[in-house]
Amino acid sequence: MPEPILNTRGLTAFYKDFQALYGVDLSVDQGEVLAIIGANGAGKSTLLRSIAGLMRNGADQIAFKGQPIGALRADQVAALGIALVPEGRQLFPSLSVEENLLIGGRIKRPGPWSLEAVYKLFPILKERRNQASTSLSGGQQQMVAIGRALMSNPDLILFDEISLGLAPIIIKDIYDALPGIVGGGMSAVIVEQDISKALSVSSRVYCLQEGRVSLEGATGEISREAISRAYFGVE
Amino acid sequence: MDWLNAIVQGTLLGGLYALFAAGLSLIFGVMRLVNIAHGDLIVLAAYLGLTTTVALGVHPLLALIVVVPAMAAIGYALQRGILNQTLGDDLLPPLLVTFGISVILQNALLEVYTADPQKMNAGALETASFDLGGLTLGWLPVLTMLVAIAVIAGLQWVFYRTPLGRAFRATSDNQDIAQLMGLNKAHVFGLAMALALAVTAIAGLFLGIRTSFDPSIGGGRLIFGFEAVIIGGLGNLWGTLAGGVILGVAQTIGAKIDPGWQLLAGHIVFLLILAVRPNGLFPRVAA
Repeated sequence: MPEPILNTRGLTAFYKDFQALYGVDLSVDQGEVLAIIGANGAGKSTLLRSIAGLMRNGADQIAFKGQPIGALRADQVAALGIALVPEGRQLFPSLSVEENLLIGGRIKRPGPWSLEAVYKLFPILKERRNQASTSLSGGQQQMVAIGRALMSNPDLILFDEISLGLAPIIIKDIYDALPGIVGGGMSAVIVEQDISKALSVSSRVYCLQEGRVSLEGATGEISREAISRAYFGVE
Repeated sequence: MDWLNAIVQGTLLGGLYALFAAGLSLIFGVMRLVNIAHGDLIVLAAYLGLTTTVALGVHPLLALIVVVPAMAAIGYALQRGILNQTLGDDLLPPLLVTFGISVILQNALLEVYTADPQKMNAGALETASFDLGGLTLGWLPVLTMLVAIAVIAGLQWVFYRTPLGRAFRATSDNQDIAQLMGLNKAHVFGLAMALALAVTAIAGLFLGIRTSFDPSIGGGRLIFGFEAVIIGGLGNLWGTLAGGVILGVAQTIGAKIDPGWQLLAGHIVFLLILAVRPNGLFPRVAA
């Protein structure tokens, strides 16, 4: 068993008075692609935002490479090697495509990813590099968002609903690019509503339901029925 | 010829107003902070300039070497120490807090420097002039305008050509996502305020060379700065320069018609433009 690169213990998260996570225990192994599935409002995005440092959590509730990071700010977490591809892409509209990528590379961690490497992965972005990021199609914007996260050479990359709002053909393109991204030993957590997509690229899966883990296991060993039960909560 | 003269002098006056406004425009652009204390910070810079020239016996323009970094340091400390705590979804707390800072600054300046009007002695620069096509132009207003253009060009360069400017724009766009990129917004905002007050230092020095000043005049400078920003369009630095020029020309033409109308004419033009173009003449962000 390799050491987990990330684990959460009894992770709770709140939006003011509303509790979104109720004690989530989760671990991500070195080099593993983990899928998190669940219905709308199950807490998937909150979980990723917590890991990335955008929520207030207890310091010891999240550990990255053995170090407690639950109470760190997002910029501190990013510097340790966690990058988030946020839901809805969230590019910087005032910045060109290349500037969006460059700002992702502000944190200069050693690794294979650079402007050239991102352009090699998504050649269309090189053609569009001086355009406003808002002028791109949804799929191209998603490529920028992924490239921007890669630019910091993270050890763990978190994908939040990268297929949301995209045409199936584009989704296929982006998922086809994933092995090239995580192949270099990077660990990844993929949050998706599209279960089959999530299962197709991951080795393990967690299902969240109303802020709790309702199912956990290796992708190949979990039946569809078990997933439906965990997903919808029907017995 | 008199009218042409009024327009040219007003244009040059606009350079000073653009210097008042550039810092306001910058901090509003980066962090949506409306700084009510901006005018008093300009006056503070003028007093710091006065103290520097008296203590070191140097020309007011040389005092910039001291006042610009001093104001930048004050800006960073002010932002990290106080203003960052007021920023959020609600626009009211920063308004109230900067209003409070305005009152505190005015009273502190009164305590230290008294209410007597002061002026910086810039020697021959104050009265030197040259003829141009029948008009007589003062070197000081011309220099002020050139400095204003240089400052705006410099800010524009910082904003659109440097990593710092990229950080400003990204943080302005989306604070959470900027934080994910390793940008600590508290620090980025501190740097923005430092830059804004560095510009304010230049504005204060030119104000103090041009006219006499006392601790109570900050409010008026704030209004001129605001009007220049709004006329030019929020978030557009060159627009701010244009706004300053329009305000300056309106004032000198008003004064030409009747000396009592100088300030009123400026405010009326501001209101007219606001009525016709609520987003200013050259808004960066489409409504």
